Amino acid sequence: MDKTKTTELDNVVVRFSGDSGDGMQLTGTLFSNLSAILGNEISTFPDFPSEIRAPLGTIGGVSGFQVHLGSSKIYTPGDDADVLVAMNPAALKVNSKGIKKGGIIIYDVDSFEKSDFEKAGFTTENPFEELSISETIQLIPAPLSTLTQASLDGMGFDNKTVLRSKNMFALGVVCWLFNRPIEQAIHFLQNKFGKKPTILEANIKVLTDGFNYGNNLHLTISTYFVEKSLETPKGNYTSISGNKATAWGLIAASQKAGLQLFLGSYPITPATDIMHELAARKDMGVKVVQAEDEIAGITTSIGAAFAGSLAATNTSGPGLALKSEAIGLAVMAELPLVIIDVMRGGPSTGLPTKTEQTDLLQALYGRNGESPAVVIAAGTPDDCFHYAFMASKIALEHMTPVILLSDAFIGNGTSLWKLPTLAELPEIKPNYVKSGMEGCKVTARDEVSKVRYWSSPGMEGFEHRNGGLEKDYATGCISTDPLNHEKMVETRRAKIDYISNFLPELKIEGNENAETLVIGWGGTHGHLMSAVNNLNKNGKEIALAHFNYINPLPKNTVEVVQKYKKVVVCELNSGQFATFLRSKVPGVEFLQYNKVQGQPFTVAELENNFIELMK
Amino acid sequence: METTQIKPIQYTAKDFKSDQYVRWCPGCGDYAVLNSLQKVMADLGVAPHNTAVISGIGCSSRLPYYTSSYGFHTIHGRGAAIATGVKVANPELTVWQITGDGDCLAIGGNHFIHSVRRNVDINVLLFNNQIYGLTKGQYSPTTKKGFVTKSSPFGTVERPFRPAELTLGARGTFFGRLLDVDLKNAQATMMAAAKHKGTSVVECLVNCVIFNDGAHDWLAERETRTDRMIFLEQDKPMIFGKERNKGLIVEGFNLKVVTIGENGITEADLLVHDATCQDTTLHFKLAMMEGPEFPIAMGVIRAVEDETYDQALETQIATIQAKSKIKTFDELIATCEQWEM
Repeated sequence: MDKTKTTELDNVVVRFSGDSGDGMQLTGTLFSNLSAILGNEISTFPDFPSEIRAPLGTIGGVSGFQVHLGSSKIYTPGDDADVLVAMNPAALKVNSKGIKKGGIIIYDVDSFEKSDFEKAGFTTENPFEELSISETIQLIPAPLSTLTQASLDGMGFDNKTVLRSKNMFALGVVCWLFNRPIEQAIHFLQNKFGKKPTILEANIKVLTDGFNYGNNLHLTISTYFVEKSLETPKGNYTSISGNKATAWGLIAASQKAGLQLFLGSYPITPATDIMHELAARKDMGVKVVQAEDEIAGITTSIGAAFAGSLAATNTSGPGLALKSEAIGLAVMAELPLVIIDVMRGGPSTGLPTKTEQTDLLQALYGRNGESPAVVIAAGTPDDCFHYAFMASKIALEHMTPVILLSDAFIGNGTSLWKLPTLAELPEIKPNYVKSGMEGCKVTARDEVSKVRYWSSPGMEGFEHRNGGLEKDYATGCISTDPLNHEKMVETRRAKIDYISNFLPELKIEGNENAETLVIGWGGTHGHLMSAVNNLNKNGKEIALAHFNYINPLPKNTVEVVQKYKKVVVCELNSGQFATFLRSKVPGVEFLQYNKVQGQPFTVAELENNFIELMK
Repeated sequence: METTQIKPIQYTAKDFKSDQYVRWCPGCGDYAVLNSLQKVMADLGVAPHNTAVISGIGCSSRLPYYTSSYGFHTIHGRGAAIATGVKVANPELTVWQITGDGDCLAIGGNHFIHSVRRNVDINVLLFNNQIYGLTKGQYSPTTKKGFVTKSSPFGTVERPFRPAELTLGARGTFFGRLLDVDLKNAQATMMAAAKHKGTSVVECLVNCVIFNDGAHDWLAERETRTDRMIFLEQDKPMIFGKERNKGLIVEGFNLKVVTIGENGITEADLLVHDATCQDTTLHFKLAMMEGPEFPIAMGVIRAVEDETYDQALETQIATIQAKSKIKTFDELIATCEQWEM
């Protein structure tokens, strides 16, 4: 019997798509994790609807999970898919434009009946022709539902369990297609369903049968293999989402600082997972208050900061708007506070499950009065850990609110994360009052850094009154003196500016000596880096300056940016960072590339744009 | 052999006075409440550095500046949430929240009901002068319907809140009421609030001499005060009046004022106050009494035991920590599904 040949690929993009209840998120997660164990680079992105359970089989209910595997460094979950697993016609329709020429579609023929086409809004009974993809794509029809039923026949499972297991059949087929050993998948399933033996047994049986089905029928001409990545630095890795990494960054900071971690929070998409993660960490002594609203989310945290905790609050754009006044209080009271904004499409309720970078100016300026705060933006799912840690460190050491911007794309997406140890993380040393300073005023501060000394209730001899009213610089008493107010405004600004002394310098990636500089910030790093790398590989010289520290900017920003002939600022808004840079960097014409569609950039669109720009 | 005896420090009200000049209007009822509070703080014996006083915005919310403890004058309406954060972060502290009828019941209404519902162990002094003072005389959520103010030149058309009803409706475990000028009873009520575990709401009837002078005069008039209020005491019959000959009984579903010695009524017929009764029915009836038919109920109307939010959270953390193998960040990391690359 001749075997199917195996083709080696440098990287591959697989998208699992089906109804919200089809288990596509789990399927995709399992596939990416077991690929990572084989040594692949991974990046994933879930794309789910805001409806919890839209009507079955409709476009509105399609939930997808994209996995990008690579044998070398990969930065994004990929643009278009090499393989689409479509559990129904609606999933096919939603994803039809995102499949590569020559790609493969594995679909459940049992769900490709007349009534399914109607639900998905097809007018004919040949959706592939209707979408004009029948010529360019390899179609693999597989009766997933029937085969799953056959697989579990006579084993005494109820119909619901049987139907819910068909995602495992699909996973089995994909494991065969990409030469993934299913033993590892079984191991994951044991971890996940260990307490539900019935479901575990059904899933393992169906997964195994799916794998054998592909193997026995030689479903495709070739199977594929992605070699392990040799570029990845040695170490122990896991796959982590941005939201989980953010939560763990806060935990690490609290341990490093020797402080209790407190989170005041109100549920909001796509930020809530941070609260879930921390609420589960009572073993680490984390205190989470699920507050009555966004304002109480931040104000309970301000109370905890006043009481001496590392305090944080997490939210998304509409919630940040509600928290504005309270952030001003933290600015005025000079209390450490971490505010995490996992950005989504706006304005108003906007596109709750979709990604955007449209809260930057709100974070920088959305408060009454002269109210400077530190603004940081994480760039990838895994570096959410680092920036949540650094946000905490800066807040505690400089007695200021820090706004950490993440977004739906990196918050929900996952990437490989090299596991850190607490010992290798930097020290966190808050500017506490010292013995001998008893009786000092609430405004007593280090005259160089302008950081005030921190004392909190329970510490004898440091009783003080803090508040939102302007204070006298020397006495800490409330004051409306005109010149004092100006001095305090200046002091609060200088305190934030001084933080730039502690920030890493802005580094150029790609070709430093190019004439064209791409500028990005936050969660777009993967797409920008991929586009810049691809162009440089093809001999088109281009540089990338990616910002994670936005206020204050890295000290060398002006010097670095002024060197380039053409500078284009790319962001998922209408030009907010470009506007900010124009106010900070003189003598540079900032061109813009913007996208406000609730979707990340694609590498292809960026490359095309940069090529045009360089002409 | 000598034994070291640690005597509890005896504080005086002076230990809780700050060096700040008190800036309320001359004759403001807030002065009396401040003085009573400082006396209670001293008698309570909790050190100034273990005492936190949190306020929102309004005349009364200036109070933290005048106490020598850890004070935080925050933003309008959010005092309850900030006090919640302080107490949850450090349950060892004695936390007072100072608020007014606008701060607490208008802009801060949501935080108020939720802190009461959670039963966070904070002591709320709700200064009710039935007017907005700091913004110079607009009606508040407790202003009587029809009252003429700067923002209601033809009289308000709004129905007012009754703080007791709101507190009990939010499942409050403690509600007390005091009158600014009635120092002895005020201090007793505040002390009971301080000792109660849970959210203690004390409605402080205070007079605003500028914008609502005499709002509580019907009650506060020295001559008639004892006839118009009843100071409720645990396990004591509900007696009031200058002659101590009036009392309360239940008739049908309602309360009724009776006179001892008339119609065969004796002291034994009167209701006996039980603030610790879980059922709210009688507490509602007492708290809602209005003149001239009834005396105004003062003192501790309700004080029932229930678990506090802050302690419940501590207990849950301790229980989980006792069972969990994860104690440090590195142990947490070790739980990850991980692989070597």
